[in-house]
Amino acid sequence: MDMNEIKEIFFQECEEQLAELESGLLKLNDGDRDPETVNAVFRAVHSIKGGAGAFGLEELVAFAHVFETTLDCVRSNKLEPNQDVLKVMLKSADVLADLVTCSRDGGSVEESRTRGLVKELEALANGEAPPAAEAPKAAKPVAAAPAAKPTDESGFQPIPFTFDGFGEEEEVVDQFTYDVTFKPTRELYSKGNEAALLLRDLSRLGEMNIACDMDQLPTLESMDPEASYFGWKISITTPKSEDEVRAVFEFAEWDCELEVKLTEASADEELPMIPVPFDLSALDDEPAEIAEPQPDVAAAVAAAETVNSVAKAVNAAVEKKEASAAATAAAAAQNNAAAAASSVGQTIRVDLDRVDRLINLVGELVINQAMLSQSVIENDNNGTSSINMGLEELQQLTREIQDSVMAIRAQPVKPVFQRMSRIVREVADMVGKQIRLVTEGENTEVDKTVIDKIAEPLTHMIRNAVDHGIESPEKREAAGKDPEGTIKLSAKHRSGRILIELQDDGAGINRERVKQKAIDNDLISPDANLSDEEIDNLIFAPGFSTADKISDISGRGVGMDVVKRSIQALGGRISISSRPGLGSTFTMSLPLTLAVLDGMVVTVAGQTLVVPLTAIVETLQPEAAAIHSFGANQRLISIRNSFCPLVDVGRILNFRANQANPVDGVALLVESEGGGQRALMVDAIQGQRQVVIKSLEANYTHVPGIAAATILGDGRVALILDVDAVVGASRGQSMKPEMSLAAAG
Amino acid sequence: MSVSYAVKSLSQGSRELIAFRIGDQEFCVNIMSVREIRGWTLATPMPHAPSYVMGVVNLRGAVLPIIDMSARLGMKPAEPTARHVIIVAQVKSKTVGLLVEAVSDILTITDDTIQPVPEISSDLEKQYARGILAIDTRMICLIELEALFPEKAHDKESEAA
Repeated sequence: MDMNEIKEIFFQECEEQLAELESGLLKLNDGDRDPETVNAVFRAVHSIKGGAGAFGLEELVAFAHVFETTLDCVRSNKLEPNQDVLKVMLKSADVLADLVTCSRDGGSVEESRTRGLVKELEALANGEAPPAAEAPKAAKPVAAAPAAKPTDESGFQPIPFTFDGFGEEEEVVDQFTYDVTFKPTRELYSKGNEAALLLRDLSRLGEMNIACDMDQLPTLESMDPEASYFGWKISITTPKSEDEVRAVFEFAEWDCELEVKLTEASADEELPMIPVPFDLSALDDEPAEIAEPQPDVAAAVAAAETVNSVAKAVNAAVEKKEASAAATAAAAAQNNAAAAASSVGQTIRVDLDRVDRLINLVGELVINQAMLSQSVIENDNNGTSSINMGLEELQQLTREIQDSVMAIRAQPVKPVFQRMSRIVREVADMVGKQIRLVTEGENTEVDKTVIDKIAEPLTHMIRNAVDHGIESPEKREAAGKDPEGTIKLSAKHRSGRILIELQDDGAGINRERVKQKAIDNDLISPDANLSDEEIDNLIFAPGFSTADKISDISGRGVGMDVVKRSIQALGGRISISSRPGLGSTFTMSLPLTLAVLDGMVVTVAGQTLVVPLTAIVETLQPEAAAIHSFGANQRLISIRNSFCPLVDVGRILNFRANQANPVDGVALLVESEGGGQRALMVDAIQGQRQVVIKSLEANYTHVPGIAAATILGDGRVALILDVDAVVGASRGQSMKPEMSLAAAG
Repeated sequence: MSVSYAVKSLSQGSRELIAFRIGDQEFCVNIMSVREIRGWTLATPMPHAPSYVMGVVNLRGAVLPIIDMSARLGMKPAEPTARHVIIVAQVKSKTVGLLVEAVSDILTITDDTIQPVPEISSDLEKQYARGILAIDTRMICLIELEALFPEKAHDKESEAA
């Protein structure tokens, strides 16, 4: 879309806004006083001004700005939209429409017409030429209106000024005059507050005299751009109470010196101000008519211009302050380069679907690139051609694109960690323990799908740690520990994976009891000789629960084995280390993304399968002497004097009817749930490769023994082996899908 | 004109069907469920799959299961050749590939030309056949794909959990 097209859209929108503007004004003219109508009119002009500003249509902006200022007075009930006022406004709407047409089609509006209306509008905004009845009311916003839009001029010399004498002749009951001293500190600006805006808000309360205190302004060379040098002394006459005046500074009151004092109405003289000579009292005596120019109106216009010039001075002062605030912000941003990286200004919100689509496309690109490479290699005999070099570069590029795209999906683990602190609080309350959760590395990033999926197992583990890990306060005190237990949750990156550690300073695993329980539950034989580590890992065994009483909190003994299964389903591993009396540490290592997987590509019964690399401990070529038959059709392989069951993958997956001869194949030693090892027999190893994971469930169904599918370099689908299910099947368990955590409770 | 045509066809309950051939029989499915038609490519066999699942192929990055329609409809399993085609169809939320011998016709018919399925003993035919069409001298059996691949059968495994 080029600039002209965008401009065209802007003009189309202008047409709509102008129609809206006119119908709104006509409604007002018919006596409609609905604030929403006024708002609609105001918005219409404001939108036109905003759009025009973006295209640099200065004439349009200037006029719309004046128009808008006047409308703002109507909006804030400072100007009564009577027939006369509306007449001017409808005329202005026409001029605005003409200006829009001129901006689009060229040509120009008669300058006298525009200027005349600008003056009339300004007069209205400044409350100078309304009919008699409105005079006292309309006189109030004198300072407010121009100060409200400090966008017109840029000057740099702050001029102190006053509206002395203005409004003094009003007969006002319950008007108070306050002396406000406002001196912002540098913190006010560093927190993004803005003195000009506060002063503007203050000006809306009533008639205001303002003086800038520049005593502390140093010379230019010694000026600190981040410091705050200005203070303001304001005398404001308003019907509001002192609290309401203070309320203006509500969000800034800790970052400024603020003094609000009620004074006599005539206390203005005490302020060190340079009075600007300027008297409007004559206007209040004789009502001025807008439609028919009279000498008084001429005076009013002259006076209005004076007001304008004063307003410009205010703007200049305000702008200087804004400039210094901007400098402050810029400097702060530079100082804080690290923080700036995560700042709002540098992020965009993108629909997740779009990112996923991009990831899928890049996945396709990777596959296509691999297919291309493969066919070039097959057709290229000398292997040194420039095509090969180009392909290599392409491969690197695609890999880089893939990594970058994956990084888009990466999110910090912070939200999950934050959720955990609430769970700790709730569960600790329930069981009457004092527990503090310490988190570390919350900004460690990992793929969004991984984040979504670790929340559940992590919740389970946290509950377990609170329920079983940490002792009651009495026990802790008896053991000479801080009655308040500590659970530490940390995340960090390690060699292309994310490592999440959950550490408690509780009693640690009671190995005697764990062992006894395992014997009771027939998980191990009574005379089994287990190492400490093996005992600790028993808690991951299916159907194991150490809590003497089954509690609502940590479930019914399906806890840790389900946690382990969920972690493994994510391609992760979990382990525990425990020191009696000092606590336990669970360590989870998870892949950074679920979209790709490092796999070993193997051949089984003529089919290509991918075995997740994380599951494989080692690969070996079995020798005939190492294979031992065991029972009817079981075989064991001896590896360094220990025996490990041999599992024929082709047989388990029904790819062949009879067991293959192990000597002809390769054994992959895998670690399965429960810590036991199995040797998976495959026919051959093709190589290691990163593969893009494709769902089988999307169009087909879950297949026992198969975790997912992928597409290889030749464009064909290869299946990714579900190692745990295959091992489970070899144990005689039926290959059923994993129990979900939710179902297990 | 097209609007009046659409109104007319709606009022008469007209619909378009795609007809395909398996052996010496002809079948048809609603054209609205057909996404594309492509040539046969070698499928990767799936373990523990029913006999009529030939395996899965790569459909522009998605894993597409291939159903041998001949076997699924109770006839002898197909021996796919390069002349076989795959009808990629949408069945509820899933996309499946139907292996057939050839696509023979695209039919525009009105509902009143569909004859009811005669009383037959076979449950399989009753399960999927929704009617019979007589086009010239041919007999074409209208199949409802949703009945052939009920979501439940697909999700048998997850339901057991």
